[in-house]
Amino acid sequence: MRKYYDEITRIAGNVITVTATGVGYDELAVISSKRGTSLAQVIRLEGDQVSLQVFAGTQGVSTEDRVQFLNSPMQVPFTDDLLGRVFDGACRPRDDRAILEENKVSIGSPTVNPVRRRMPDHMVHTGIPMIDIFNSLVESQKLPIFSVAGEPYNELLARVGLQANADIIILGGMGLRHDDYLKFRDAFEKGGVLGRTIMFIHTAADPVVECLLVPDLCLAVGEQYALQNKRVLVLLTDMTAFSDALKEISIIMEQIPSNRGYPGDLYTQLARRYEKAVDFDGAGSMTILACVTMPGDDVTHPVPDNTGYITEGQFYLRNGRIEPFGSLSRLKQQVNGKTRDDHRAIMDACIQLYALCRESREKRDMGFEMSPWDHKLLKYGSLFEKKIMELSVNIPLFEALDRCWNILAECFDPAETGIRRAVIDAHWPKK
Amino acid sequence: MNGRIVAVYGNIVIAEANGQVFQNSIGYCLRQDGAKLLSEVIRVRGRLADLQVFEETRGLKVGDTVEFQEEMLSVVLGPGLLGQIYDGLQNPLPQLAAQIGFFLEPGKYIHGLSAETRWPFTSARPAGQTVTAGDTLGSVPEGIFTHQIKVPFRMNQEYRIEKIAEPGEYTVEHPIAQLKDQNGVEYTITMQQKWPVKIPLNLARRRLMPQDPLVTRIRIIDSMFPVVRGGTYCIPGPFGAGKTVLQQITSRHAEVDIVILAACGERAGEVVETLREFPELIDPRTGKSLMERTIIICNTSAMPVAAREASVYTAATLGEYYRQMGLNVLLLADSTSRWAQAMREVSGRLEEIPGEEAFPAYLESRIAAFYERAGALELTDGSTGSLTIGGTVSPAGGNFEEPVTQATLKVVGAFHGLSRARSDARRYPSIDPLDSWSKYTGIIDPDKSIRARRILRRGNEVRQMMTVVGEEGTSVDDYLVALKADFFDNCYLQQNAFDAVDAATPAQRQQFVFDKVLTVLELPLEVQEKDQARQLMVKISDLFRNWNYAAQDTEEYQKILEQIDSFIAAKGK
Repeated sequence: MRKYYDEITRIAGNVITVTATGVGYDELAVISSKRGTSLAQVIRLEGDQVSLQVFAGTQGVSTEDRVQFLNSPMQVPFTDDLLGRVFDGACRPRDDRAILEENKVSIGSPTVNPVRRRMPDHMVHTGIPMIDIFNSLVESQKLPIFSVAGEPYNELLARVGLQANADIIILGGMGLRHDDYLKFRDAFEKGGVLGRTIMFIHTAADPVVECLLVPDLCLAVGEQYALQNKRVLVLLTDMTAFSDALKEISIIMEQIPSNRGYPGDLYTQLARRYEKAVDFDGAGSMTILACVTMPGDDVTHPVPDNTGYITEGQFYLRNGRIEPFGSLSRLKQQVNGKTRDDHRAIMDACIQLYALCRESREKRDMGFEMSPWDHKLLKYGSLFEKKIMELSVNIPLFEALDRCWNILAECFDPAETGIRRAVIDAHWPKK
Repeated sequence: MNGRIVAVYGNIVIAEANGQVFQNSIGYCLRQDGAKLLSEVIRVRGRLADLQVFEETRGLKVGDTVEFQEEMLSVVLGPGLLGQIYDGLQNPLPQLAAQIGFFLEPGKYIHGLSAETRWPFTSARPAGQTVTAGDTLGSVPEGIFTHQIKVPFRMNQEYRIEKIAEPGEYTVEHPIAQLKDQNGVEYTITMQQKWPVKIPLNLARRRLMPQDPLVTRIRIIDSMFPVVRGGTYCIPGPFGAGKTVLQQITSRHAEVDIVILAACGERAGEVVETLREFPELIDPRTGKSLMERTIIICNTSAMPVAAREASVYTAATLGEYYRQMGLNVLLLADSTSRWAQAMREVSGRLEEIPGEEAFPAYLESRIAAFYERAGALELTDGSTGSLTIGGTVSPAGGNFEEPVTQATLKVVGAFHGLSRARSDARRYPSIDPLDSWSKYTGIIDPDKSIRARRILRRGNEVRQMMTVVGEEGTSVDDYLVALKADFFDNCYLQQNAFDAVDAATPAQRQQFVFDKVLTVLELPLEVQEKDQARQLMVKISDLFRNWNYAAQDTEEYQKILEQIDSFIAAKGK
């Protein structure tokens, strides 16, 4: 017979305090109020005063509602029945199908021992030339997409999910608009990957505490699959919403804010999630691709700033394109030497020439005279943007490399590209 | 002595103690499933002791037992530290992996030194001699070093050696000496001893002025912003500017005996790179694997935050221990900002009144105290040893005005500021040659480096002017200065870390090349037109760049040197 506690002494924000004994830190509880039941998590113990964050929010909770502790931390079922399912941030089905109760695993598992990680060396092919050629995504990498509201970052995420040849795709939506969620679902359904997809969706209309759990749920499930030798891709959007939820809870808990209201442990909180990306030495891997919207397009804002220090590079998505400058995959060197002998040469040459093209454009815009070389660069720039940079371009890596050679051949003499002679001889398109 | 938990909040536990509590002593929180979680007393109020727990506090309950100990958080010192990969609390990670598998389980601890390894011990003193703390009792070979076995540093009296072990193979737990103090109390000495991490270990006759250059073989550091043995330096930089790569290169090539890498709150992936690569890399100076002179302290960002705070102290203590043997040690801490953030998190939980950006008010003094653990010492036996500390700083938003960078700049001897603009332009190492500074004297005559720097500065001014008035509005002389500054930057200050020769330039070669570079910088070139100036500088740049890639004293090296000399002799004509 489980014990109930009904002496709630404080209700503030999404946090309630109840008088109870024998409660473990981080434990889960159920609160039954007139509005229904909700899960809650212990976030502070002080004598017999137990503070809990209530997943469904505290609206309508009364001082005499009943709290029942479950003697375990937040758990998520782990079975193959998860595939194709959609859940909310408290792990309740969002798709009118059965509640899963089997084989529960705790979220927030311990850290992976660094000596059991291996050096990642498998490329994830996405079909997006700006990623595949210039900043290759590597299995087990953690990489954010820095963007601003209004950019098609969710579309980009969905495309990577569809085209990356991962065994399991897990989508974590935080603060998602309902129609964005539907778009994701449609995209995965049309792409025929729904059968290997699991979604944990918190929409903007849901209680804020549930937002906090979404990454942990995704990563706990992903980790279990990785341990079973699966290659897992976790897509998270939008981590700024997650950080804002953290901010909200920490302010209610009267924590001293450090920077723009965010808690001092923002770095640790984000790192604990991103660092779950792993390539196990002797099991599978988990790759994390996350969207971070930058408030005011400001990369020094605490969320993108802390993220940048944690992740292994970043993609900037601006004006519907992945920016070639600033975007970086720190792990690309591990894979792009082994794809095709001209990969690195094309990667360097195309970006250097595109940088020169931007300079020429500036010169043109300031009214300076254009030399024949400038004209070549301008031509190259517009071709490169149209045929390679556009997000709609969807071709495999080798085809993209060939296309780059064709663009170069259309605009330049071989020597002007700055590519080594041997590579030119092997790959320069024959007329 | 035991206590009871009365509150749990994040990684802080408040316990009611029913006896004597020592500040900074350790305690174990006993979780009801039997796990013992290591923690440290960080505040005492009446009978309440606040402990920071070095593990996740999940599952702890009010009323659970806390075992208080008298000793402070300590590391074990002895032969077998080199080549180890530890977490922030000195648990060997490979052994943990062998025992538990993929994950790090809270409450699992393994002794820092192997109890099985047998070390061939040779005594250094006969029985009957009088010794004090830090005196050498004997030695064992540890890889390429002679590891001295000392009278434990915490023994603060005079002792008579009653018995000392015969030469032979012993484990670290085997007694090797029997000491007796003046009151007749006897002490059994083994090859291992403990030392509290937060207390500096510096038994010496005196502290020396650090002045021996520490050659890192990175030209911009050694020639322009040198570091000395026993000195301190910091590397602040925004993300993606190459802090960690710079630390990795330094750890490979630095001319010191021992390197300690403290990966503090950074990515696990980077540690894995070091873990996998170092055992394969051969140290050219010893012919042995680099791992034999390296200790890795690894507390990545996902590991518990209190252990992160401890990890830099653990690293410093291990460094100080080898310094006591007269060795030169380099401690690279990456990153000290994460360590400062760990302090901020704990301070926030303790509800201390916050300072700037919510960092605790004692941030500056803690940072200062940490860097002060570096230093060159004249040891009690007359030999000298040094500990050099280099810390990276990860300023929020890349802005150096933030508290951690500012507090660090006050106490270090050299500042290697990384610039985003330089790394975006792929100019590596991205140390900003105009903003950085060093108070030390390195391998280059200071007068010469000042002269080179002056040209760099003037070149920068000309470049800025040129953005306004254009190339056509700049005089030929000014234009030439800008080109020379570029030449100095491109051909000397930048270095290709991925080229076998260019990656590391020994001191002698640096001095030789620097003189040539300075001659070119100060060479009165007679040019009438800008295009002519550009062509001349392109030519000489090309020579120097290829010279950098040519191995010392090869035919190629000599050939290019002759071409450079004739360029200089002809003043470019």
